Amino acid sequence: MNGPILTVEGLSVTFPSLQGKVPAVRGVSFTVGREKVGIVGESGSGKSMTGRAILKLTPPRAQVEARHLRFRGIDLVAASEREMRGIRGRRIGMILQDPKFALNPVQTVGRQIAEAFRIHRRASGTEAKQRTLAMLEAVRIRNPHRVYDLYPHEVSGGMGQRIMIAMMLIPEPDLLIADEPTSALDVTVRISVLRILDELVSERGLGLIFISHDLNLVATFCDRVLIMYAGRIVESLPAAELHAARHPYTRGLLESLPRIDERRARLPVLARDPAWLIA
Amino acid sequence: MSRAFVSVRDLRVSFGRGARLIHAVDGVSFDVAEGEVFGLVGESGCGKSTILRALSGLNPDWSGEATIAGRPVARTRDPAMARTVQMVFQDPYGSLHPKHTVETALMEPVRIHGLGDGPRRIERVLTEVGLSPAFRYRYPHQLSGGQRQRVAIARALILEPRVLLLDEPTSALDVSVQAEILNLLSDIRRTENLTYILVSHDFGVIAHMCDRVAVMNHGVILEELTVEALMQGRMRHAYTRELYEASAGYTRRLERSGEEADVAA
Amino acid sequence: MTAEVRTEASAQGGLRAWLLAETVTGPGQARAQKLYLGWRRFAANPLALLGLGIVLALVLLAVLAPLVATHDPFAQSLDRRLLPPSSSHLLGTDELGRDIWSRIAYGARITLMIVLLVALIAGPLGLLIGTVAGYLGGWVDVALMRLTDVFLSFPGLILALAFVAALGSGLENAILAIALTAWPPIARLARAETLTVRRADYIAAVRLAGASDLRIIVRHVMPICIPSVIIRITLNMAGIILTAAGLGFLGLGAQPPSPEWGAMLSTGRAYMLGSWWLAAMPGIAILVVSLGFNLLGDALRDVLDPRSS
Repeated sequence: MNGPILTVEGLSVTFPSLQGKVPAVRGVSFTVGREKVGIVGESGSGKSMTGRAILKLTPPRAQVEARHLRFRGIDLVAASEREMRGIRGRRIGMILQDPKFALNPVQTVGRQIAEAFRIHRRASGTEAKQRTLAMLEAVRIRNPHRVYDLYPHEVSGGMGQRIMIAMMLIPEPDLLIADEPTSALDVTVRISVLRILDELVSERGLGLIFISHDLNLVATFCDRVLIMYAGRIVESLPAAELHAARHPYTRGLLESLPRIDERRARLPVLARDPAWLIA
Repeated sequence: MSRAFVSVRDLRVSFGRGARLIHAVDGVSFDVAEGEVFGLVGESGCGKSTILRALSGLNPDWSGEATIAGRPVARTRDPAMARTVQMVFQDPYGSLHPKHTVETALMEPVRIHGLGDGPRRIERVLTEVGLSPAFRYRYPHQLSGGQRQRVAIARALILEPRVLLLDEPTSALDVSVQAEILNLLSDIRRTENLTYILVSHDFGVIAHMCDRVAVMNHGVILEELTVEALMQGRMRHAYTRELYEASAGYTRRLERSGEEADVAA
Repeated sequence: MTAEVRTEASAQGGLRAWLLAETVTGPGQARAQKLYLGWRRFAANPLALLGLGIVLALVLLAVLAPLVATHDPFAQSLDRRLLPPSSSHLLGTDELGRDIWSRIAYGARITLMIVLLVALIAGPLGLLIGTVAGYLGGWVDVALMRLTDVFLSFPGLILALAFVAALGSGLENAILAIALTAWPPIARLARAETLTVRRADYIAAVRLAGASDLRIIVRHVMPICIPSVIIRITLNMAGIILTAAGLGFLGLGAQPPSPEWGAMLSTGRAYMLGSWWLAAMPGIAILVVSLGFNLLGDALRDVLDPRSS
């Protein structure tokens, strides 16, 4: 299967409010193949809403429009809620910032992962358990049998995020959307979680949409980067060339990061240009 | 280095009791000179914020000795200390009272200490943190994250303290806003001749702001180094190096990092 | 988003612009803006307006009782007893020939008084006990909360009955008894709320400023708890009115000939088969007012509760 896994064209999300329509995403277009695509932006740039809109997980009052929203030949714009349920989790997985909110607190993590497997593939209980233990091993959990029987509150943040990755990957989806998956983790743990994600994504040939506010991280982790500002993609470029970005917004963000190897008396402050909203 | 302005000797803080006793800070000593910016860096749970809460008087259960500006830090809350040490918190969304306007929030310390001239003081600190006096009547929910953090800094400044304890002051902010707040903190330090103790997990922020930094892990200081040593990567401890490299971003290298504990404490 | 607010506000003139203005020029305007936005959210809910309407109608009825009453509520006339609703007696007459509409109108004063006094006693008492217990913690918390538990462990009406039995029957004692049973749930609520805010950074900040515990509780903790206390009391009003009516019904509350709705309902019970309106009219009044307070409480929760916004 060649060609993009996901094609997004002219995606907009607006929220009606007391003061009129407030746009969150304004006509965003991109494609995702078997690659790691980073979406970077500051809070309110619409990066998370873009991820949610693909899965139709926007809040009920949000109005979502798109010329095209095509996933593996399926038209997501026309898909019914029932079809979406078959796609979410099974064909497109989603990892959120805090696994504590995504896991059921009164069920052991092993049973939840096995459940995720059985909902999407018909399988016996023993098979599901086997697959779950294998998956836990794949996310480098050293003692999968013990972790299988733990409750979500008994695992640390990094472990929780690896469990989430296991749960999302076990139905063998084609696309994974990760929204700030490592922002709540300590730096050293972050790197080990990212390595696992990196390996599994390239081994299994998935597409990954990696939503983050961290420019450095996206530049070093992803293949391609989309930079969002005020609901629009202002620049799209290979991650390795992020530091040669041309858009003044991207440049401004990079400049304003404090550096470890160079001391500047003042950090350059981003001057926002109203033209970025239109251009 | 001049005489220590803030001096901490063998500071210990523990939580819980019996089998669940945790030594959050386990014998920490350091000195900070007047006008210096001293950094405490480490991962969550290493005890860096606990040190600030002990020094500020928010947590009275600690042992050891600490002096600030020549005065011993008391275990009980000491109103006079409020005019020497103030703190800026991490989360600008949680550090302002949701039902108080900016003016009420800034007026409160003035009233508590029976200082006159409230309106003039408010105007001065608001200008100092780069907010127009028109912000006085706003509620926190009408402010952006950066504006809230400016108000929080203004509140810390209104009693004209000598030492500011900064607990991850920019980690909840966007990078462009972070730059503004870091610049603001640098400016204020110069004009008010303040001493900072800055807690952060971000080596970039530490390198930008600090003169010296102590690297913490599991409640102890592993090593203390100057910012020059940090910038040139001259650290002695393997853990410091690991943090330093991790802060540069993702590397595909398969060398396993220090295995994280599988079960939360 | 803010840009839109500004342009819209400036497009409209006068008061609305002032209420939505970005640049606030005084504390009065800040407060007015907050109230205005709250009101807009409140008014967007038709059930909220219905609840508010009912409660306002109760207040009007109580205030204007002498004007709207068609007869003297106490005037007996034995030749006009047990008359069904008609144009001369809108809701009929009772067993002593008194006009039921007029009695209900005057009874609204009693209901309103009960509601206000209970709210004024139980609200501040519960708020104070709850916030002090929650903020100070330790043995203060244990002592105050055990006391609260003792009160909570009896059903409200039973406890009120016991108090009235001890204090003697009568409206004042009934109010006192109801107030004494109404504060514990509020104290629990205020304590729970206090526990969530006492670790907040804004409380830490004011502690660092050197504030005393009393100042922190009164100026910083209580304002956070007040909305939920108001919501709780409003929602409990229905229960309070029913308890008051229950006490009246049992003859322990307002004493005859006072036109208290529960007492009226109780007397009407004896004539239920032949003259249904004696019991039905005060019953409907109790029902409508309880419903009104419930709707209002629900709507206030939507407007005031920070978690829902």
